[in-house]
Amino acid sequence: MTDLPWLSILIALPLAAGVLCLFVGANTARWIALLATLACLEIAIDLWVTFDPAGPRWQFVEKLPLAGGINWALGIDGIALLLIVLTAFLMPICIGASWRAIEKRVPEYMAYFLLMEALIFGSFAAQDLFLFYIFFEGGLIPMYLIIGVWGGAERIKASYKFFLYTLLGSVLMLIAMLYMARTAGTTSIPQLMAYDFAPEAQKWLWLAFFASFAVKMPMWPVHTWLPDAHVQAPTAGSVILAGVLLKLGGYGFIRFSLPMFPEGSAMFIPLVFALSGIAVVYTSLVALVQRDMKKLIAYSSVAHMAFVTFGLFAMNRQGIEGAMMVMLGHGLVSGALFLCVGVVYDRLHTREIDRYGGLSDNMPGYALLFMLFTMASVGLPGTSNFVGEFLSLVGTYAVSTWAAIVATTGIILGAAYMLWLYWRICFGTQRNADAAAMADLSVREWWLLAPIALGVLWMGIYPESFMRPMRNDVGLLVERLERAAPKGDSKLTLGEGAAHVEGEHHGGGH
Amino acid sequence: MDRFAPILPEMILTVGAVVLMMAAAFSGRRGAGLVSWLAVALLIGATVALIGPPSHAGAIFDGLIAADLFASFGKAVMFPAAAVAIIAAHGWFERGPEHAAEYPVLILLSAVGMSVMVSSTSLVSLYVGLELQSLAAYVLASYRQRDERSAEAGLKYFVLGALASGILLYGISLLYGFTGTMNFTGLAAAFGRGAPTLGMLFGLVFLLAGLAFKISAVPFHMWTPDVYEGAPTPVTAFFASAPKVAAVLLATRVCMEALGPATDAWRQIVIFAALASIFLGAIAAFGQSNIKRLLAYSSINNVGFALIGLAAGTPQGASSVLFYMAVYVVMTLGAFLCVLWMRDADGEPVEDIASLSGLSQTRPAFAAAFAIFMFSLAGIPPLFGFWPKLLVFNAAVANGYVALAVAGILGTVIGAYYYLRIVKVMYMDAPDAPYARAREPMQGALIFLAAVAVSPLGYLLIGPLGGITDRAALSIF
Repeated sequence: MTDLPWLSILIALPLAAGVLCLFVGANTARWIALLATLACLEIAIDLWVTFDPAGPRWQFVEKLPLAGGINWALGIDGIALLLIVLTAFLMPICIGASWRAIEKRVPEYMAYFLLMEALIFGSFAAQDLFLFYIFFEGGLIPMYLIIGVWGGAERIKASYKFFLYTLLGSVLMLIAMLYMARTAGTTSIPQLMAYDFAPEAQKWLWLAFFASFAVKMPMWPVHTWLPDAHVQAPTAGSVILAGVLLKLGGYGFIRFSLPMFPEGSAMFIPLVFALSGIAVVYTSLVALVQRDMKKLIAYSSVAHMAFVTFGLFAMNRQGIEGAMMVMLGHGLVSGALFLCVGVVYDRLHTREIDRYGGLSDNMPGYALLFMLFTMASVGLPGTSNFVGEFLSLVGTYAVSTWAAIVATTGIILGAAYMLWLYWRICFGTQRNADAAAMADLSVREWWLLAPIALGVLWMGIYPESFMRPMRNDVGLLVERLERAAPKGDSKLTLGEGAAHVEGEHHGGGH
Repeated sequence: MDRFAPILPEMILTVGAVVLMMAAAFSGRRGAGLVSWLAVALLIGATVALIGPPSHAGAIFDGLIAADLFASFGKAVMFPAAAVAIIAAHGWFERGPEHAAEYPVLILLSAVGMSVMVSSTSLVSLYVGLELQSLAAYVLASYRQRDERSAEAGLKYFVLGALASGILLYGISLLYGFTGTMNFTGLAAAFGRGAPTLGMLFGLVFLLAGLAFKISAVPFHMWTPDVYEGAPTPVTAFFASAPKVAAVLLATRVCMEALGPATDAWRQIVIFAALASIFLGAIAAFGQSNIKRLLAYSSINNVGFALIGLAAGTPQGASSVLFYMAVYVVMTLGAFLCVLWMRDADGEPVEDIASLSGLSQTRPAFAAAFAIFMFSLAGIPPLFGFWPKLLVFNAAVANGYVALAVAGILGTVIGAYYYLRIVKVMYMDAPDAPYARAREPMQGALIFLAAVAVSPLGYLLIGPLGGITDRAALSIF
């Protein structure tokens, strides 16, 4: 790639396309949105290919000082890169999913989606504290409108809840940012990641950031906005919400909470583990009793995100890499599951689980893909989520046996609700004539789901492609956390080992 | 003539107002349009005249007023705002029996009063400026002679305003009695001499109470919703913008320049007023169904945020107040211009929030501009309204008032609710009967300009604007 400011282009392109959409008709807007998002995907893939995992930590760096002490500073490390790729990958699929499902006010809809894409890219690429905040908060506006205008029956309430909850979480973070910028004398994120705040201050700063990211993530008990927002949002809105926006919370922990406040993070590990543990068990049980497909998947998201927090706050390599893999895997799988719900919803206009049944008879293609995503969500080896969940559990186990036991329960419960959901929808007898008459996936729907299916398998079979770009960055993070990282409670003792000393000569090659 | 060079803008306005008054009296209704445009030209001329001696001559007329950058910044914000208020009235008063020609003249007189307010460095000139501004404002509030609501607004404003002036005057007399000086520097010296006496403290409290009324800070805000609702909409737009800037800047100058050494004495009052305004402004707006009342509470809420910057009591804080007021004026004027365009099919003005429903489908550009102002007033990034809020909170945090900043920022979340409600009505509700198309290209251009200024493009202004506010703030320290 040449020396163009690719990250700025990545932000500007959807923005420009979004503005353009406002001035054209419905069909043109659809094509503009699709082409713009595909172009972004192309750029993101180029970034992925050109990114040098062995190179400097921050690549594609741009810096343009703006007035008022903030900089237009962009740059990505492997972690941000992967999340950008995930976003760019899901966006064209979202546009495709809205192709027929959205009939009213199409240009506006496409404009908000593109605006959101730009803001999400900005959040992942920002290297200035306040620039990050502006992008991070700015995402609320388009999402508020998407839920509120194109959502379901309870859309107004859901949109308010989404907006005000997340705003409330974030404003405290802003005050903490002001304090940090003042104390450290810089707003540059890379510099702040190496700055040591006083442990006493870290405690408060950590809590302020936690308020924001825990809501975004979402963690129990501040997750209640999520089921509402998911159920009411249009399909593509749910995909982007579950696939990308939730990841901003996890990204925030990786980028801010952990490296900037190692001591603060260590101090609150019990809190995070307790909340995550409750989330895993409680929301899984709640998911089990849902009658609405979307709500079930929404609750499962909360449970899956708890694996992320478990892994991150284990503060070791396996945990953090696992958390990242869960985020990427969940981004694909939950997005795909919401699309699967959207497919049948478009046909029957209900999300009631009882209204379906035996779909594997009349929709074999759908049943096949849905099965794959269900298995991925359960964490079957060979699919994306297995890698992440396994690693984050290993990481958690190294720190706390009890936490690992509770977390593992979540996998069992996850299997229970997902398999049961699949059974009720695709297997059994065909109870409803209208559901039995539904046509199988259209070509467009294949185009939406098949790429995700490939991604899920790729991530499960050859995770190295995704681990490689972030390996260095996770290593640096673990190094940074070393002084505060908790000691494991497993009390491992080194074995005596075999007495064959000369055996070492043979095995020395690895 | 050099003596008068620093007050050239005020001279232009005063002489111009008298001449235009004559012109209005003799030409009657026919000349109304011309008088309006001339008044706008005078205000623009006065703004241009700020360049030069009016910005850096320092104390003049034996310390009665100061021609410094702080005052000039205020005037540079207020004069254009007053001009916008005149343009906003275009097409408004023609329908009624009122003589529209008096309206621009009253605005001009009020502008003179405001510019004396922001320049005053003595309690006498402070009071004179304030009264000149207020008297013009009382008349403006009741400008619709046949409209009961307008008359009621004018009367209410006058009675409560007179009461506030009385309180203010009482405070001034106490301060004069106990310190023996009216001059701000003299007052500062008196307060700097050690702990203030009880009499001085009383004077300070009464003075601040009178000023709080003028900036409509809680608990002296009661008149605001009624007056804003009752007054003709262009007048409300004016009240919410220029005089508010004048009063906030006046309060800033009094607190910093005259009462600077007594910062600890007034800070708690300002903090209370700030938080009370933020929360009351946010909560009381919940149930409003009238857009003008809602914007009245919004202005109370916003003044609260500006006061947080004042509470910091530092040049940085004063700078953030200036920045805040400049952006606030743009947002508020934009929002009120949008309100002016709310006309039913017959062209009659409507003020009901419910009538906005579905505006995004009937009038997309209008709705988009209105939504930008609402999100910006709520302080949601990436709109520009976020930045001044950041600055005032930064000033508070920089001085160790983290708890104040946290309390204030929680207020923004509550306030966000009612701004969101307007957006919800415009974007998410089913379309209502469409508004009549406004035929005011000038106002449309102003709405567009204001919307662009508070859009993310506004961030480009941070550099120049921030530099000026920093220097202007330093000029009163």
